[in-house]
Formats: sequence, structure tokens, C-alpha cells
Amino acid sequence: MEQTRVPPPGKRLKRVVSPVSLYPSKPLCLSDRLSLRAYIANRVTDKLTPIHDRIFCCRSGSAADTQAIADVVTYQLGFHSIELDEPPLVETAANLFRASCYRYREELTAGILVAGWDRRKGGQVYCVPIGGMLVRQPVSVGGSGSSYIYGFMDSNYKPNMTKDQCLELTAAAVSLAMERDGSSGGVVRLASISKDGVERRVILGNQLPKYSTH
Amino acid sequence: MALSNVLHAPAAGFNFDHAARNAELEGLFDAQIPKPVKTGTTIAGVVFKDGVVLGADTRATSSEVVADKMCSKIHYIAPNIYCCGAGTAADTEKTTELLSSNLTIFSLNSGRNPRVVMAVNILQEMLYRYHGQIGASLILGGVDCTGNHLYTVGPYGSVNTMPYLAMGSGDLAALGILEDGYKPDLELDKAKELVRAAIHAGVMNDLASGNNIDICVLTRGGVDHIRPYQVSQYKDKRKTKYKYGAGTTAVLTEKVVPVKLEVVEETVQRMDTA
Repeated sequence: MEQTRVPPPGKRLKRVVSPVSLYPSKPLCLSDRLSLRAYIANRVTDKLTPIHDRIFCCRSGSAADTQAIADVVTYQLGFHSIELDEPPLVETAANLFRASCYRYREELTAGILVAGWDRRKGGQVYCVPIGGMLVRQPVSVGGSGSSYIYGFMDSNYKPNMTKDQCLELTAAAVSLAMERDGSSGGVVRLASISKDGVERRVILGNQLPKYSTH
Repeated sequence: MALSNVLHAPAAGFNFDHAARNAELEGLFDAQIPKPVKTGTTIAGVVFKDGVVLGADTRATSSEVVADKMCSKIHYIAPNIYCCGAGTAADTEKTTELLSSNLTIFSLNSGRNPRVVMAVNILQEMLYRYHGQIGASLILGGVDCTGNHLYTVGPYGSVNTMPYLAMGSGDLAALGILEDGYKPDLELDKAKELVRAAIHAGVMNDLASGNNIDICVLTRGGVDHIRPYQVSQYKDKRKTKYKYGAGTTAVLTEKVVPVKLEVVEETVQRMDTA
């Protein structure tokens, strides 16, 4: 008999995240809607959370769980970075997320995308979905709205795009997902991370690209 | 964080002792287990030009009975930080008291005034640790050296910050008023009126919110906790004093008999005051 896991109640961060790996910079893109079943608890949440100077994470799943994990990892990574007296690697951050998500996999509902830039491997994207897997990917999407844009990302992503092309791609992808997924919406937050720093941008509801087939 | 937890550092991981006990008790009672008193509330907060305005209704319900008509839902945390609580009344009361105690001790230990973000972090850590078993939805507002802040902490430990917030069973009604009326950098009177209107919407449209409206204004200059700010127009007229004045009953005869008392025994016992 198939056992379905009933997710615990609580604020669910359901939405689309899609960091796109681009050499050398990394646009991160998120839509903002925090839903407590049928009620939107916050329509302008910031789900792009800085973990370190050049490492961000995109949070999906339970708001409480992901906020708690992000806080823990921020502390651990900060401590590690001070010990080494060096900026931390994105892979380290991703592994710290994976360690927490895997160990407490029974209690947590957290799907996280870790993305950033470091001197060793440049721009990177790591996916830590529910269950605590860790995999590095050039492009990744997550959240409840991600199902609607797998095809879009697969067909439109090309390696070695420019930063602006990447930003446009991620903004378009998130907008398309917001159009279809009831749990995603509000505004689109973008972050572009490179050797020179982080550039953050917000695309408000009325500025979103319009796609309507009806 | 060592400074904020006085008695002992909390154990790591989740503590579900009471949840297990509650589950086991469920089958044992023949009658209904008494429902906890919920505040069934409308609480709201708005950041304005010079500070933060918090508002709350004053009804506490126990299922369909109003348990307290003048309940205080705006709790003191620190001289510059106040907290509105919705959800299980006992949980909001005790959680805010615990937070207030810990922050006071922190202030004494470090010589610093507490910051709103510290209060939020302590609450978030505690509520997340209990994984939703503590039914407290709180709106924290305060003014500190870094500015005017308004945060909300949910029962599972999620934190949101916005210039205007509403929580409780009447939050949708209140949020409608807030979404329509909020503007950045409001003046004090407009902000108070906005919060009053938001709570009033909750009082009118939600059965579990009602009676009077309390307001708390926090600014750099101090706190103005107005209780009640608006009194419910639906009040029953009841004489709470049932003492009858002298002369209500006619006195027909009066006879005074003095009672003679004799001293039978006298003992002196020294108290040891060493």
C-alpha cells in the first residue's frame, strides 16, 4: 500500500525559484507569495536569503523550517569562514544545507537552492530538495510552480549566456510559473551574484512580462 | 544565546513531551476535554512616521462563550517594545512574559536597551523549537536605536516584517482596511485612526473578536498604552453593586446586650529574631 506523507501544516512557501548558473555571474530569481493554505500570509516575502557575502539561497517549502535552517547555516558558514580567514565556498554552504536537511528529513519540509560565486569554481548552483539530496546543476528550478517551467527552462537555457540574457530568462520563467501556479505570485525578486558583488532587483506586479493565451 | 536564557540553555532538537501526554489523555476522558481559552482576536500594527501603533480587541473566547470581555492583548515586553498576541491565551501570555523577563535580564547584564530584532529572534527560536505546539501568533512592535520596527511571528516560528500587519481570526477584515488605507510615513492621528478602523472591522465582522479596542503608541519619546481607546457601544447595564444601603429594611426594635469577657489565661511566647 502506498504511503503518502501528509505535510505538516504551517506557512508554506510555495513558489518558483530558478537560479541559473552563468559564468561569471549568477542571477537568482524568486516570486513572492507566502501561503497558509488559502490565505496569503505575506504577498511580498523575500525568499532570497543571503547566507554570506556572495552566497544566497532560495527557500521553498515551510517558511518556519527554511528560515530556521537558513539561520543555522548562516551561523555555521560565518564561523567556518572566520576560522579559515577566507571567503567560503558555495559547495561548503550547499553541504551545510544538505547536512541539516538530510539529518532532519523526517521533520522538515524544505526545498532549497544554493547559489553563489567563489574564486575556485566561479558561479555555481546547487539543488537541495526535500529529503536532503545534493546535486550541482547549471540551471535549477524549485517550489510548487516549478513543474510548469521545466520545459521552458530546458528549451531556453543555453550555456554561456550573458548576465542580462540570464536575468531575462529567469524573470520570464518565474512570471510564467506565477501565471499558472496559485501558490506563486506577488513580485519577482532577482539577484545577480558575481566576483564584483551582488545586484538585487525587484520586478513589481504591473511590470511583469505579460503572457496570456486567453 | 547564553545571555537571553537565564535558568538553563534549552535542549537541542524538538521537545514533544507534552504532545505525547496530551495524545494519551485524549481517550481517557468521558466528557469533553475543556477547550483552551483562545483569544480569537483581531490584532494589528502600523509603522508610522515617528514610531509604531499597535491595536487589539479585548474579547477572549472559550468556544462560543466570551470568557473575558476586557482582556489585555497588548503585552509589555520592554519599555520600548510591546507585543500583541493572538491564539491560545495562556500561550501568548506566558511566552511574552518569558520574553520580557529574559530581555530584562539581558539589559541588566549587558547595560544595553533591548532591540526589537533581538526579541523577534528569541521568539522565533523558541516557537520553532516547539514546532507549533505553542499556539501563539504575535505581532511585535517597537522603537529602538535602529528605527521603528514591526514584526510578526507565527506559531511555527516563521517571521515576517511589513509596515502594516494583522493577525488573529479577524485578520482578513483588518487587512482589508490596512491595505486600502496604509501610506508610508503617516502622521500619528492618521495612524491611530487606521489601526482603530482595522480592529473595528475585525470586531464587526468576526464573531470571536469584539468588545473594546485597545491602542498602544510607541515612539522614541515613550509609550502611550490607551486602554480602552474605543469602548463598545453594545454594553449591558448591570449594577455590579448589590449592597443595600442603610435604611432599606425598617428597624422595629433594638436591644443592646453587652457581652462580658473574662481573661482566662495569658501566655507570652518570645519570638526568635536572631
